[in-house]
Amino acid sequence: MNRRISNNIATSVFILCAVVMIATLVYLLGYILTNGFAEIDWSFLSSNSSSFQEGGGIKNQLWNSFYILMMTMLFSVPLGVLGGIYLAEYSKPGKITNVIRTSVEVLSSLPSIVVGMFGLLVFVQYMGLGYSIIAGALALTVFNLPVIVRVTEDSIRSIPLKQKNASLALGITHWHTVKTVLVPAAFPGILTGVILSAGRVFGEAAALLFTAGLSTPNLNFTNWNPFESTSPLNPFRSAETLSVHIWKVNSQGIMPDVLEIANGSAAVLIIFVLIFNLSARIIGGVIFAKISGKK
Amino acid sequence: MKKFKSLAIMFTFVLVMGVLAACGGGNDNSSNGNGGEEGSSEAVSGSIIVGGSSALQPLAAAAVEQFQQNNPDAQIDVQGGGSGTGLSEVAAGNFDIGNADYFAESKEGIEASELVDHKVAVVGMTAAVNAEAGVTDISKEDLIKVFTGEVTNWKDVGGEDMEIQLVNRPDGSGTRATFNEFGLDGATPAEGITEDSSNTVKKIVNDTPGAVGYLAFSYFDDSDSNVKKMAIDGVEATDENVKTGDFPIWAYEHMYTKGEPEGLEKAFLDYMMSDEIQTSLVPEQGYIAASEMKVERDAEGNQSDL
Amino acid sequence: MSNSNYSSTSSSTHRLIKNKNGSVKRNELRGKVVVYSCAVLIIIATIAITLFLTIKGLQSFIVNGVNVGEFLTGLTWSPSGEGDVAYGAFPFIFGSFSVTFLAALFAAPLGIGSAIFMTEIAKTWGQKVLQPVIEILVGIPSVVYGLIGLTVIVPLIREHSSGIGFSLLAGMIVVGVMILPTVTSISADALKSIPQDIKDASYGLGATRWQTIYKVILPAAMPSLATAVVLGMARAFGEALAVQMVIGNSKALPESITDQAATLTSIITLSMGHTTYGSLHNNLLWSLGLILLVMSYVFIIIIRFISSRRKV
Repeated sequence: MNRRISNNIATSVFILCAVVMIATLVYLLGYILTNGFAEIDWSFLSSNSSSFQEGGGIKNQLWNSFYILMMTMLFSVPLGVLGGIYLAEYSKPGKITNVIRTSVEVLSSLPSIVVGMFGLLVFVQYMGLGYSIIAGALALTVFNLPVIVRVTEDSIRSIPLKQKNASLALGITHWHTVKTVLVPAAFPGILTGVILSAGRVFGEAAALLFTAGLSTPNLNFTNWNPFESTSPLNPFRSAETLSVHIWKVNSQGIMPDVLEIANGSAAVLIIFVLIFNLSARIIGGVIFAKISGKK
Repeated sequence: MKKFKSLAIMFTFVLVMGVLAACGGGNDNSSNGNGGEEGSSEAVSGSIIVGGSSALQPLAAAAVEQFQQNNPDAQIDVQGGGSGTGLSEVAAGNFDIGNADYFAESKEGIEASELVDHKVAVVGMTAAVNAEAGVTDISKEDLIKVFTGEVTNWKDVGGEDMEIQLVNRPDGSGTRATFNEFGLDGATPAEGITEDSSNTVKKIVNDTPGAVGYLAFSYFDDSDSNVKKMAIDGVEATDENVKTGDFPIWAYEHMYTKGEPEGLEKAFLDYMMSDEIQTSLVPEQGYIAASEMKVERDAEGNQSDL
Repeated sequence: MSNSNYSSTSSSTHRLIKNKNGSVKRNELRGKVVVYSCAVLIIIATIAITLFLTIKGLQSFIVNGVNVGEFLTGLTWSPSGEGDVAYGAFPFIFGSFSVTFLAALFAAPLGIGSAIFMTEIAKTWGQKVLQPVIEILVGIPSVVYGLIGLTVIVPLIREHSSGIGFSLLAGMIVVGVMILPTVTSISADALKSIPQDIKDASYGLGATRWQTIYKVILPAAMPSLATAVVLGMARAFGEALAVQMVIGNSKALPESITDQAATLTSIITLSMGHTTYGSLHNNLLWSLGLILLVMSYVFIIIIRFISSRRKV
């Protein structure tokens, strides 16, 4: 009797926990999406932001977010995948491996503002890149690298040993086995991880405050020569991303429609993060179904 | 296999980009300097970076927009970052023009003698108080008491029985430095909520009974009936009173160049000081034209008649 | 795996056999060099970050002669030369720790409770629907949490307390909600990894669900659950923008939970742009950053300590 009562109480407490959490999170998403959707229309997405007048859009911010994301992936995916290959295949238990594991752990637990300060010190000031897309992307590389390393290592380790041994037994060298057997087999896992990390990079703001800057120069969207200063592709210009924009309009903005802009930007940000997450899940699911189906 | 090759290509690309980044950064700066000098004819070209003070950013951005209509080949990148960043970056040569809300001399770590000051506008500011406090005219003595926490209730300075809520600006902000120096005669304000944006300060003062902060004149408008301008020692906080020097709390908006301005820098600064900007854009954005001031002030804060 | 892999493997074998031995070796070496250099780069990056930030963070003590004890325990922060120069960062250190612990106090029971619900009570529904949703929520950018804090929580607190709304409490709620999905998701993974055998054994002995959870599952999963909470706390400690938007950034120690406060991160983001490089104020901000760096090492050490106990 007593046991049953305590069991029931405990069960209801756990259900309550779950309900509170779900309610909070549903409210969160619902709030952002319902408040934000009203602000989103084509002119909001396609017009320039205004620093003091009403009715600014987020065209440049949106473009900057994607451009910085792309650059970050360009740096961090090759480095991270190779680092993951090292940990999964080449590392021997010992001091160096330990140091690398600790390094990855340290990098992944650094607060993003600390990464931003490092970026300010090294990329912006010492390397003289100034507040620029490239400095921002390098800082975000530091931020994203450990994620890719882990995803790659896990994906490679989850490949059945048989497969690797079969290749090695055929007299294929280690490196060739990595290239032709392990990486292709681990590809779905790596891809899923990369897309998931893209969502994280897309929403990151603190690391970009001190590296990519808080403003965007006038961009000429007909000029795609990356070496010209008005080109949207120019990596040496300062660039305010969407998430930085949300922070900036709230803490420094002087336009009258701060709240509308912030809500609209937040909704756009959330929608893209959701797209990244869902597509990672769908791609992962499809590939998994294919693999397990054939087995 | 193919996938891996492309990966290797990507990796080399990264390295190339890295090298480019290192070189590009350097090139960028030098071309900035040269670019300006080429434009000796009427329409100037080249590219410069103007950055710093977030208070000055909207004015600078609006002026740049107009300037570029006349000079389509001129590229001027307006950045924020704060006055400290503006001074540091212009001293380091990364910005061509550094915007600041205060004199470079007032900051350590800056070789002020290397920088040339261009006072492009004047901004007046005063205490912004919630209407329910019931005080809209205050003696300087009482103002200092309010902000240093010596009195904590509005009734002690002739207002309602209501607790005083201070709203501060962050250390090092130009608005804070000006208000402390000329509004509080150098006294250090007591602790309170600290916000970086004039809009947030205005919103808090509007929403919180008994709150008091400080804002530039341009942030007071009729729509916010709850945010009241504070007159000090009976002097109304108006542009006119600032111009004559009767109202004490005002500051210059500075644009600094490293050495005398040349080329595009000079063309843009001349444009900033021209009547076209000073009589239209400057007042539109709530600033006071520097050319209309009847008094001037040096870096030590000494005021003298012009 | 798939057929394509086999064929690609065999085709490359084919080519390998034709290849001369030397080029195979060269290839092997090249691969090794690339992989090893990436590994070394990761180490270099970590060392560089630690080194640069430490050197920069120590400037204020070495160059400006700031007293370390005063910096860590002093209560007044006035580094920009208004009145007497003072550089006591204790209120910010206190603010960071209280936000972190209060957030954990809120998120840990709720998160672990929900994880138990997902893994033990409503298994199919929990794992098919809830867990994916929560994992998606882990990815919501922190500025969005800050925005909601600013537009919903701050006004709510203002209405129900005497204060101004911006407060330690607002910071704690925002950060607590932010780390909630993280804690839940890692906890759920930990609970799922408990072998079904020992649960079955417990049920087989006639234990109720609560007894099984309390006596078997929780003790077995405890180190992993603790890791989940510590990871959440590490995230809370380093969070900058969301906190800065709602906490009020007052430099004085808060007197109550509805009072304004400041954290290390909020002061850095607020003041960085107002300082000039190399000035005392600027150097002090880097010292605050150094505290953040040191703390992230401390969190790693705690996590290592916890997981080393798991093996015993």
